[in-house]
Amino acid sequence: MAKSIVQEFTKGLWQEIPPFRLVLGLCPTLGVTTSVENGLGMGLATTFVLAGSNILISLLRNIIPAKVRIACFIIIIATFVIIVEHLMQAYTYQLFQTLGVFIPLIVVNCIVLGRAEAFASKNGILPSTADGLGIGVGYTLSLGALGAVREILGNGTLTIWGDLGFNLASVFPSFQPFTFMVQAPGAFIGLGLMLCAINAIGD
Amino acid sequence: MNDMIKMVVVLTILSSVSGGLLASVHDGTKAQIENQQLKFVKGPAIKTILKGSTNDPITDRFKIQDGDVERSFFVGKIDGKANTIAFESFGKGFGGDIGVMIGVNLDEDKLVGVSVTTHSETPGLGAKAKEDPSFSAQFKSLSTNDSIKVTNDGGSINAISGATITSRAVCDTVGKSLETYKKIKPQLAEQIKAF
Repeated sequence: MAKSIVQEFTKGLWQEIPPFRLVLGLCPTLGVTTSVENGLGMGLATTFVLAGSNILISLLRNIIPAKVRIACFIIIIATFVIIVEHLMQAYTYQLFQTLGVFIPLIVVNCIVLGRAEAFASKNGILPSTADGLGIGVGYTLSLGALGAVREILGNGTLTIWGDLGFNLASVFPSFQPFTFMVQAPGAFIGLGLMLCAINAIGD
Repeated sequence: MNDMIKMVVVLTILSSVSGGLLASVHDGTKAQIENQQLKFVKGPAIKTILKGSTNDPITDRFKIQDGDVERSFFVGKIDGKANTIAFESFGKGFGGDIGVMIGVNLDEDKLVGVSVTTHSETPGLGAKAKEDPSFSAQFKSLSTNDSIKVTNDGGSINAISGATITSRAVCDTVGKSLETYKKIKPQLAEQIKAF
């Protein structure tokens, strides 16, 4: 039954890819994926928190009393979130401003607490690290993909860190952007269609 | 009973370690965060207020302790004379705190400009305080002894239509800043000689 470290990592990329298979962590998935950049930035911040809290919780899993485990998990998670918040404010200020309130809201992201409770509190440090990183990378890729779909349809562009720009209008000059895709309804429609596609492909 | 003690001990230790760690992260990133805010939030406001200055106001800055707050002052050299300073204060707006940067000419005791830095006002109404230059332009060349009020309250500033509370808040903040300015003018005049 025991899976190898590699399997623990790769399950987060497809079998248990968070927003599509587990359908968890939807608040930032819908809220910030107006562009690839925002999606990836949010995903990376979550990955850091996820990996950090998974490592620490699996280290402390025999010390934390069962009755107050959720409180302990939340303290650990909140600490990592505030670290991320400070680091982003210090080094990627503009991204920090765009993501706004969604960064502090990582604390209540069900994926993070879910992995802590369901995985890290029952497994050793190596599988927990692999699990955290895998789920985190899967989440980052999902947000990036949804962001890409919304940005290209809604705005006709694809920008990564400002350097790598692509403009759809240069290929199809008559392209008119579907502006609603970068607004709130576009998030639901985009996510719905991607869920549909992923379910159709199956395992 | 043993369980109880264990819970308390674990939670206490976790919280204090987390507190200590966060305090050091906060200290470690403080300077860098301040730089980023200077660059992206205050920088543009300072540049509009101290337009035509030959130095870089963001590097030429100093701090003065005013009561229990430490304020940063930005020095602008206009026409070769370092006689203009800009600084930021906060007031209560309609949707939250409003940050207002004001520029004052020390020789003439005149406002050289006002600019809103941060706010959470209603887009399209109160947010115009930041976006519409004709509102902030009204403050230019007012004397520091004028009372800054909107026309409804008997002053000279035309409020943004539909956003009286925001307009009042900006006026109040400018007024408060001018009070601060008058209080610490001797100190400012002393500091500014270095530039």
